[in-house]
Order: sequence, then structure tokens, then C-alpha cells
Amino acid sequence: MSVPLTLLGLLEREPSHGYDLKRDYDAFFGRGKPLPYGQVYSTLGRLARDGKVVAGEAEPGDGPERKRYVITETGATEFETWLQEPVAPEPNLQSVLFTKVVLALMLGRDAELYLDTQRAAHLRRMRELTELRRGGALVDSLLADHGLFHLDADLRWIDLTVARLDVLAAEVRG
Amino acid sequence: MTAVIEARDIALAFGETPALRGASLSVEAGEVLAIMGPSGSGKSTLLHCLAGILVPDAGEVLFNGRRLDTMNEARRSALRRDEFGFVFQFGQLVPELTAEENVALPLLLNGVRRSAALAEARPWFARLGLDGMERRRSGELSGGQAQRVALARGLVARPKVLFADEPTGALDSLTGEQVMELMVGSAREQGTTVILVTHEARVAAYADREAVVRDGQARVLSVGSVAP
Repeated sequence: MSVPLTLLGLLEREPSHGYDLKRDYDAFFGRGKPLPYGQVYSTLGRLARDGKVVAGEAEPGDGPERKRYVITETGATEFETWLQEPVAPEPNLQSVLFTKVVLALMLGRDAELYLDTQRAAHLRRMRELTELRRGGALVDSLLADHGLFHLDADLRWIDLTVARLDVLAAEVRG
Repeated sequence: MTAVIEARDIALAFGETPALRGASLSVEAGEVLAIMGPSGSGKSTLLHCLAGILVPDAGEVLFNGRRLDTMNEARRSALRRDEFGFVFQFGQLVPELTAEENVALPLLLNGVRRSAALAEARPWFARLGLDGMERRRSGELSGGQAQRVALARGLVARPKVLFADEPTGALDSLTGEQVMELMVGSAREQGTTVILVTHEARVAAYADREAVVRDGQARVLSVGSVAP
């Protein structure tokens, strides 16, 4: 999963301190693997260097750094483009998919439209694999079947998530 | 491409319960369209409206540019018999008839002589891998065999449109795939448009496009075609 893009998404919501970003990242996306402080600040440093965020003046307080970060137009555009793009339909994309859905809900974007776009991308790939299986040798068919069942599982998750979007939105937005 | 079936903003309620609320879609000649959606979303109701089995309370349904929803029951019934074929989840073969008589049934109902209708029906048995099953009755066929007989019955009269409601819903994965291969392959061979309702993405993957129905509204998602 892309840490820089996720942090940009959190900053798109509101300007935040590094500490707040880490807290929200861990709460929504960490899943038992908290983001080290060092990675938070090095990522923010790179984003600032590339003009995607700007850091405010250091504020008095405890801890090593108290700067509020604000997303720039460049950062917002990059995040928006990423959010709208369907993920390449391959196994193990669930965390990226999940992240995009949570961020879309958090920011009040059209999560259903995103999921439908993803759904179409998945089904397109399933159609390609179905064609491959039709004309291929048994080994190709087995491989295609393996891919089809994984994509099918993703699609079930997408459908279930669409059905639960209202409840999820209420939970994510607090 | 020409739209063979089109729904324009159709609505239908069963008593106080709305089943369709402004569903629209267009199906082109020779296309395979899958209709998907959660249970109770209205996908089967939409299929029944497109096939002229149900008449919407509002909106229009067109077949080859002709309003289907304003036809009386007799004309719709004739249209279903002459132009449409049907495959349902559980085959719904007539238990008193042999498999070949079941396949020949649409032709017999269209006034074709029995010998001619059976002659037309028989080649379907080899085509669908059912050699030797011609004289069996539905109780002597497996689920997959019965569904292939139902498929032959749906296609034997060379309909313009084949409507299939969960055609693999009662079958295991492998048998379901065989039925889908045969359905899509045969329909493409004779230029029949297929509109199928399914809750299985693996079945929908045989289609050219997918329409998702949620809360009685259809949103068409282009799946795109794959080069042959």
C-alpha cells in the first residue's frame, strides 16, 4: 500500500501534524503494523521536497517536531488521480482497495462510483481470463481458474461493501 | 449497432413495494448482457419486463423499436413465442415429455408438424453433448443434462433474444461453465442476443457487458470485448 498517497489523502481531509497523521494511519490502515514515526516524517519530507505538501512553522510543544502540514494543489491533484484509478485486478490488492474506499468515505467522495469502476475493471479481467481458458491448454485453464476465483472473491467483497456503504460512512466519519 | 431491446426509465411496484424505480438499459443485436445485483434488487423483475412477461407501471420497453409495454397480452404472448427463448434456473422441463419433445416444444407451439419439429430438435443433442438422451424424461436426467435440454429448447426456434434467469444457479461450477460455454457459443453462432440474470461474476464474465441493478435502478457497466 502507498504510504505517501495515504498521507496525502489524510491531509486532503484537513491540515495535520505528523503525530495526527500517524494516529489516523494506524487506526484506519495499520492493522497491527503501526507506521514508524521515522517513516512518517521522512515521507512528509519527501512530499514537501516534491511540492505536494508544505510545512508550517515549528510550533512549541512536546516531542521532536510540531509542524502542521498542508496539502498543495499538486499533492491534491496526485491524490485525486490515484483515488479515481481502478487498481490493476490482481490478488492481494485488497488493502489498496480498502484504503481507497475508506478515504473516499472519509472525504465524502462517491465511493460507490469508485467501487463500480473497480468492479468493471475486475469483470473485464475475468472476461479476459474466461477467453484464455476457452482456448487454452488444461494448465492455462487451471491458471485462469485460479485468477478467476480470486477476482470473484474481490467482487463479492466489493458487492458487500457497496451494500454497507451507508453504515461504513457513518463509522468512518465518526 | 442497433438496439434490439431497450428499457427507458421503467418503474414497477408490487402493491406498495417498488421493484423497479426508473431502470434504463439498451441491448444491441447479437450482444450478451449480464444483469447482476443483490437479492431483491429488481434484476429478475427487470428481465421479466424486458421479455414482456411483466408490464411496467411507467416507462417504455421496446423490441426492435416497437413498444412492447403497450401491446395487449395476446400480442406479447405471440411475440414471446415467435421471437424470444427462455432458460430458467431449474430447467422447468415438462416431466411428461421426453427430452427431444421438450426441445421441440417451442416449434410445436408455433405450429410446426411433429416430425419436422423433432427433426429440428435432434441435432441439438449431439451439439450439446447429450447423445443418447433423446428419449429420457426429465426425472432421468442430471441437473446439468436437464439444463442443457432447457438450453436447446430455448434456442431451437432461433429466437432473436434468449432470456436466461440464473441459468447456472442450480449447477456446480464445472457444469455451470459447460452450460455457459454452450449457451454463449450457440447464441453467437446463430446471432441470438442473450440477456441473462446471474449473481455469479464468473457467469457474468461470459457477457460483453454487465448491468448492475441496485434498488430498482440499472447502471450499465461496460465490460468491453476481448479480441477473438
